[in-house]
Amino acid sequence: MDILIILIKIAVVLVAFLTTVAYVVLLERRLAAGIQNRIGPNRVGWQGVLQPLADVVKLVMKEDIVPVNANRFLHDFAPIISIIAALVTFAVIPFGNTIELFGQQIKLQIASVNIGVLFILAFASLGVYGVTLSGWSSNNKYSLLGGLRAAAQMISYELSMGLSIIGIIMIAGTLELDKIVAAQHGWMWNCILQPIGFITFVVAAFAETNRTPFDLPEAEQELVAGYHTEYTGLKFGLFYLAEYANMLTSSALITTLYLGGWQIPYAETFGIEPFWLSVFQVMAFCVKTILVVVFFIVIRWTIPRFRYDQLMKLGWKVMLPLSVLNILLTGLVLLFLN
Amino acid sequence: MKSNGQLKITHKKDLSFFEKLYITEIFKGIKLTLTQVFRPKFTRQYPEERWNPPASFRGRPVLVEQDGVERCVACGLCARVCPALAIEVQASETEYWKERYPVKFEINMLRCIFCGFCEEVCPEEAIVMSKEYELTFYSQEEAIFGKDKLLVPAEKLKDRLEFLRKYR
Ligand code: SF4
Ligand code: SF4
Repeated sequence: MDILIILIKIAVVLVAFLTTVAYVVLLERRLAAGIQNRIGPNRVGWQGVLQPLADVVKLVMKEDIVPVNANRFLHDFAPIISIIAALVTFAVIPFGNTIELFGQQIKLQIASVNIGVLFILAFASLGVYGVTLSGWSSNNKYSLLGGLRAAAQMISYELSMGLSIIGIIMIAGTLELDKIVAAQHGWMWNCILQPIGFITFVVAAFAETNRTPFDLPEAEQELVAGYHTEYTGLKFGLFYLAEYANMLTSSALITTLYLGGWQIPYAETFGIEPFWLSVFQVMAFCVKTILVVVFFIVIRWTIPRFRYDQLMKLGWKVMLPLSVLNILLTGLVLLFLN
Repeated sequence: MKSNGQLKITHKKDLSFFEKLYITEIFKGIKLTLTQVFRPKFTRQYPEERWNPPASFRGRPVLVEQDGVERCVACGLCARVCPALAIEVQASETEYWKERYPVKFEINMLRCIFCGFCEEVCPEEAIVMSKEYELTFYSQEEAIFGKDKLLVPAEKLKDRLEFLRKYR
């Protein structure tokens, strides 16, 4: 029975997640068009709602080309690593409180891992292998440069990302994500308690997902398309999917760690039925996540890309000291309060 | 400039503390980009909304048809001047006052570069550039326009003919 519940949860979350990713792509295209005073895709279906479907069909129909001197195995394997790393992280994110369905208490989280935060950090850094290997195996100088940049960038920003999370762990006293969310009841959201950590984490999340202003691995003006220059068809589609899946997962992570997860401030006191309360909480989680996604998109069309040395300078000379400072401050405040 | 002729050196104002923090600037930028979303769009919804070119537009070259016959006297100047070698003319005699006419007049629309030289060189104002810009074909043979497709009554080309008389 337990296994069945978990399987159903996996199926529901996977389908919902992939559909959302597809529509995030559409949202990005429409929003980008709006920002550039264009209209964007609005032909396939009403206002372009079937556009993601058409894109997928197009990508599947395309020929799969592998460069002559490429390492065939790694070339095929790299996008798979990318997409797995992007999807697995979502498994530990709690998207709701427990809900009562058919007399069963169901926890709205696929896997409640007791080292959730570590799990996320581990898989987030796994994603860089996909990018680096794809760059290396393509046997193309632009791809290689993209892969190299990705590796250096991810290592630099992984540090400040991990360090900013430590502040939260100190406050919540646990590594479990559902307990971290539970600790953020009322307005005790971590973005209010930890403003510095919030900023460093968000910046690191941008760098981890390779989104502008940190999209150096694919910097199209200098590197053609960066690490996925030599990819076509479905394999390119996997990278594309991984990029947006990463963005969605990061947004969900930011929501969980800093914006109170599924918490609606003081919702328990409204006197709603427990079932509907859970439903509203899931909806709150989705709305918060989508708002963060919109923030990601708007930032992409607002801020130009960093130069490579600026990126490194920001990572090592600004983000790292700031996140260490955050740990110190959090420790001091906790010491005086207790 | 100062009165004694020396250049006054002005230093660029340093960024203020908040500007250096970068975060406030990011939100200013976001405000700018988000206001663009609500501005009017520039997009033309093409197949439904078409563009009506002005008279100076050089679309596909056409032969002017007057009183049911082409004005062309098959002098071959246009075929001679055409830089893309797109035109082929074969002349023959006719009963009309103009004595000569083209039995065969073909423009290969895959070769034509819409330079308008043929229109410029024509002594009879017989070939002019029209406003048509939608030229698509399924095969190369289709792209070779014979007299059937090239002949257009002079009334339909009034815009262009007037333009030519006024500005050339
Ligand atoms: S427009 Fe130019 S290229 Fe086209 S047929 Fe006339 S002379 Fe030739
Ligand atoms: S169109 Fe004009 S230039 Fe060309 S052959 Fe006829 S009369 Fe001569």
